Amino acid sequence: MYKLESKNANVFYGASQALTDINLAIHSHTVTALIGPSGCGKSTYLRLFNRMNDLIDGIKITGQVLIDGQDIYAKGVNVDALRKKTGMVFQKPNPFPKTIFENVAYGLRVNGITDAKFIEERVETSIKQVVLWDEVKDKLKKSAFELSGGQQQRLCIARALAIQPSIILMDEPTSALDPISTAKVEELIHELKAKYTIVVVTHNMQQAGRISDSTAFFYLGELVEYNTTKEIFTNPKNQRTQNYITGRFG
Amino acid sequence: MNVVNEDKLAKSKKRNQSIAFFILGLLGYFIVAILLIILSFIVYKGISVINWSFITQMPEDGMTKGGIYPAIIGTLYLVAGSMLFAFPIGVLAAIYMNEYVKDGVFKKIIKQMTNNLSGVPSIVFGLFGMSLFVNKLGFGDSILAGSLTLGLLALPVVIRTTEEALKAVDNTFRQASIGLGATKWQTTRRVVLPIAFPNIITGLILSVGRVSGETAPILFTVAAYFLPKLPTSIFDQAMALPYHLYVISTSGTNIEESRPIAYGTALVLIIIVLITNLLANALRKYFGRKVKMN
Repeated sequence: MYKLESKNANVFYGASQALTDINLAIHSHTVTALIGPSGCGKSTYLRLFNRMNDLIDGIKITGQVLIDGQDIYAKGVNVDALRKKTGMVFQKPNPFPKTIFENVAYGLRVNGITDAKFIEERVETSIKQVVLWDEVKDKLKKSAFELSGGQQQRLCIARALAIQPSIILMDEPTSALDPISTAKVEELIHELKAKYTIVVVTHNMQQAGRISDSTAFFYLGELVEYNTTKEIFTNPKNQRTQNYITGRFG
Repeated sequence: MNVVNEDKLAKSKKRNQSIAFFILGLLGYFIVAILLIILSFIVYKGISVINWSFITQMPEDGMTKGGIYPAIIGTLYLVAGSMLFAFPIGVLAAIYMNEYVKDGVFKKIIKQMTNNLSGVPSIVFGLFGMSLFVNKLGFGDSILAGSLTLGLLALPVVIRTTEEALKAVDNTFRQASIGLGATKWQTTRRVVLPIAFPNIITGLILSVGRVSGETAPILFTVAAYFLPKLPTSIFDQAMALPYHLYVISTSGTNIEESRPIAYGTALVLIIIVLITNLLANALRKYFGRKVKMN
């Protein structure tokens, strides 16, 4: 069984169609890169898996999107519970206006967990998972805004990990970071793969090559090509894929 | 082939820029100058009567002598009362509008209505307040009726600035919170509001400024011509600075003689607004530091 799957998924913003008949299946414990020029629908596709698109007024979604074989758009699905299965990381680091500790504890608190010891332990494990513990362990009560951009982004990943999702969705997670921070996040993605299924939207072709097992190339709301990253980059079947990855457009 | 004389072009560009800057600068200074002229005029005329007893004594001799203490206290009560009413309602309404209502006809209508409300002349608010709060609900001429009327007047300002403040909060904060399984209300209360709070305070500043200077809405709802004692309950009438100023400048017992007191009153009113603004600004900075963005 696939971890993530979409069958003939279509997304409409009002009258315009953002995604057309996307069929894609992703194995668990892999990293999948979604690439393509701006406006190709890759972010919209990513947001199908935690139903984040639902927040947009006037959106319409058809087809099937499955997590562990379950259609997450079926009637009666508990959306809040569903979203706990996925952690999301955004383009710009966006820690909440809270302390470093409370940022990571937030997901636990809003889900009704009050056991202080449990929260403390989970926060520590999560921060350790993103290799940030040594840098912040003495200032957990300080504002998260005091951290550098790269640290903030790792904190945001820790925040997502604290609710123990099985899937991590990342929307251009390093595009606002400097090269060193980017390298750290990429390394982290590599390590997290052992426990999570990761989908990354990226504009950076080298990054897709470095971190992902499979790559999906989107263009104008369609899935043009999906294959192992190696195949996509060395032997693309489609002319448009080749043009894009060789930098002839995009 | 060179059809453009680079040298000439650069010169004319530079000249145009200088002219534009000069005009813009001039207009900027003009505005500052107007403000300074008004302020210094009031200060010049009013400073002589201002002393400790002026702001702590009751008016005497048909308001030609003595202080303006009850008017100061009345204005403070009215400002506080109207904010107590307008701020929670306005902020909650704005939260509902911005976080909950989907885009559409309904939202457009509410928005348009809010805008129209802020365009209603203040005297109309006064008449409305009189017929509803004073007569219909039987509050009589009272601080309660005046505060509610002023609150209505401040409501659109509070709603609009709060909405703007909420809109300025980056959507990824909401998405991050929702993505962790938080409900909309948890997201709004724990993430969106703290970020928007410094800017919401701005709305409070603006409305306090507006409310404290209004005369028309309190004319029929609370203001006393002359009441040489402090109000003891919210059902009492009260004097208020703007109305007091109006009274002693138009229908006092001896207008000429009370002229300095009028300017003194104006000066006190300006100072009160100024202090509220500074206070609110400090609050805004304080909360702004707490939620400082990177």
